Formats: sequence, structure tokens, C-alpha cells
Amino acid sequence: MKIKVLGPGCARCHQTEQLVRETVAEAGVEAEIEKVTEVMKIAQYGVFGTPAVVIDEEVKSVGRIPKKEEILKWIKK
Amino acid sequence: MKERYKLLIIVLAFLGAYFIPWTDPVIRQSGLEAFLMLQEYAQQHVLTCLIPAFFIAGAIAVFVSQASVLKYFGSTANKILSYSVASVSGTVLAVCSCTVLPLFAGIYVRGAGIGPATAFLYSGPAINVMAIVLTARVLGWQLGLARAIGAVIFAVIAGLLMAVIFRRDDANRTQGAIYVPDMASNSRTLAQDVLYLLIMVLILIFAAFARPAPGVTGVWAALFSAKWVITAALLILLGFMLKAWFTRDELTSWVDATWGFAKQIFPLLLGGVLVAGFLLGRPGYPALIPEQYIQTLVGGNSLWANFFASIVGAFMYFATLTEVPILQGLIGSGMGQGPALSLLLAGPALSLPSMIVIAQIMGVKKTAVYCAIVVLLSTLAGYSYGWMVS
Repeated sequence: MKIKVLGPGCARCHQTEQLVRETVAEAGVEAEIEKVTEVMKIAQYGVFGTPAVVIDEEVKSVGRIPKKEEILKWIKK
Repeated sequence: MKERYKLLIIVLAFLGAYFIPWTDPVIRQSGLEAFLMLQEYAQQHVLTCLIPAFFIAGAIAVFVSQASVLKYFGSTANKILSYSVASVSGTVLAVCSCTVLPLFAGIYVRGAGIGPATAFLYSGPAINVMAIVLTARVLGWQLGLARAIGAVIFAVIAGLLMAVIFRRDDANRTQGAIYVPDMASNSRTLAQDVLYLLIMVLILIFAAFARPAPGVTGVWAALFSAKWVITAALLILLGFMLKAWFTRDELTSWVDATWGFAKQIFPLLLGGVLVAGFLLGRPGYPALIPEQYIQTLVGGNSLWANFFASIVGAFMYFATLTEVPILQGLIGSGMGQGPALSLLLAGPALSLPSMIVIAQIMGVKKTAVYCAIVVLLSTLAGYSYGWMVS
């Protein structure tokens, strides 16, 4: 599974990345986590707000820090 | 922060402590001015102006649906609506620096195109709540109003110019789905949300109500003498609203967002005020930079002074809101009202770092044209404003 956290480097983007890493580690799921900071790459996903979470090229959340339970639901599938 | 940046900061602080001639009378005076200016901000602007503004910005970030605004930036949206919404949406969207550049890139690549994207980029930083409030409070309501109106009008013009100049060029655009920020569901009606924001704006206005000029009687003087009673009554009303209309989770995320802004902006503003005080001093007091330099370069309201102010503003980087103390120092040292507006318009909209990011998004040529347009329009706005007030 490939997880991407999109965000140019603001505080909320860091929080999201950390939360995703924690949750993945706790759930024991095999996943590659990447932080995308390039604005142009972020725009290619069509997201109009950051932080955004993309799992296997599918946009999951935009413009907010997702809740832990949500991330668990996304990665458990 | 990377370790080498930490080292760099420590080395710079050390070199400053080692080499700056602190015993020199001019340096002493400047250092004193820095802290006196900081005290002026602490005593006059923090409690009654900045903190209420942070709460309002937090409420906007959490409770105002960004999706309802962003739908006007889609590729199929009505063009006239796109431009009008782009020029005013900074009040709702640009409250966080995380949003401005990604949103600009999104509108440019996937959405309504280069015109609305650049309109948003120009007006965004000038019309967020905190910027308007602090500009009006510190630099006077005329300049605050001129900044907001100038930003909105010239944003539309800049956007239209870009769209006309680059009308053939849509090569970078890609079709595809657009994802707008999702919001938690909301149990309030629109009227309740509007009322809640309105009460907070009123609290801000009354808490910061300026003393009327001596000799003025009537409604302003009456309002001024009752300002704390009115503010207290509004605060009680707000308390009831919060209890009746909001869940605990909503209140927590509101306070979190407010704290986020405070955490992000207070240190920047602290640094900005100290630097402005050190270099320029409070109005009427000299500091490191002699006033005659400022007066020669940007005094009065010549076309050259306005042009110079916008060029400097376009390249210089202003951290969020720090343009205000710097402008205050400059005006106090003799900068004209027109050049002040030029700097206020071009300054936060562009900086060398942001130019580099914008160039990565839309290429060097378009960025150069955009910068030229910003400088020209800001010069023009400043010149007309300076002419109007004098």
C-alpha cells in the first residue's frame, strides 16, 4: 500500500504525516509513506486544500487533519 | 527545523552579540526603540485587537464551509462569478498560509484557470480578517479600507490581464476530478452561523473602539463611554450562543484553530515589531535608519516614490502581518500615504521566495508578467490613493 500525505510544509501537514505514521505502525500494516511537498505535484491530484491524504492514488481527505479511526478504516481494507 | 539551520541561527546570534557596537548611542537608542515599540503593541493591540481577531479567524477556518466557496473555482464555473469570488475569497480561504499556494496551483491547473488563480493570489493576503483588522487598527481605518478595496479591485484587473495575455495557453491544464476540503456536518442554520460571527466582529469593534477626538459629542462619544458595558454584554451573549448551538467537539476544534494561528503569528509579529522598532523607531522617534533617507526615497506621493515602494514590496518577504509594524515605522519616519499603500499591496502578495514557487507552477515567463502587473497596479493604486488623501 502506498500512502501519500500532501502538504507544502505547514504545521497541520506535519501533524497529519505523524498521525499517519503512528497509525500505520500501530496497526502493523505494510505501507510506504511519502510526504509530497511540491505544490505542482499536489495540484496534479486536484486537491484544493492541504493537508490531504492519498492512499493508492485515491484521495481520502482534504483540508483537515483526519481522525485516527478514519485512517485505520482506510488502511485496514 | 534542520540541525544546520539551528547552528546557523546560533552562529548569527553569537556574531551579533560579539560585533554589534551596543555602547554606541545610536544603537542604544535603536535597541530602546525596539522594546518601546513592542510595549506599545503589547499594551494597545494584543488584548483588544489581535486576540479577538485570532478567534474570528479560527471560527472562519473551522465553521465556514470552504467547499461552498471553492465550487466557484471549478473549470465549469461561470467566469464572472469566478473572478468576483476569487477577489474576495481571501477573507475565508487565506487565513492559513498552508492554503494559499496549493489552492493557487489547484485553480490554475485543474480549475477556473490562470485569471481567477492570479486574482486570488493578489488579493488573498491583503483581505484576510487579521490583516484588515491590524492594518486598520495600527495604520488608521482609511489605509485599512484602502488596502481591502484596492486589493479586491486590482485583483480582478490583474486576473483579467493575465487571462487576456495568456489566452492561448492552456497547455498545462489537465482535466479531472477536483477534491475540495470536506467539512464535519453542522447542526446550525446559516443564520445562526452568521449571527455568531457577527457577534464576534462586534466584540472586536467595541473592544477596540477608539477614543473620539476631544470635543466630539453625540453618538460616538456615548458609544465610547459605554464600550466596556457593550463588550461585556456581547461576551455574555456569545457565551449563551456557544452553550446552546455548539457541541463540545466543535468548540475544541475552534479553540485549536485559534491557538494554531496564535502560535504561528505571535512569534513572527514579535520579531517583526522588534526589527521595525530597531531600524525605524516609533513614529516621531529616530532609530538606526536616518529619517531623511526614508523621506527622500518614499516621502510625498511622486510616481517614482510609489514605484519604488512597490518594487521593494514585491521582492521583500513579509512574514504574516509583519508588514504592519514595518509600515508603521516607515510612515512615522516620513513615508507618504500613497507609497505606503503601494507597499501594502505589492508586499504580502509577492516575495522572492513566493516568486520561485509561482515560477515552478506556471513557468518563468508568466511569473515575470504577473510580477510586472502587480508592481504596475500597486504603483497606480498607491498613486491614486495618495492623490485622493492629500
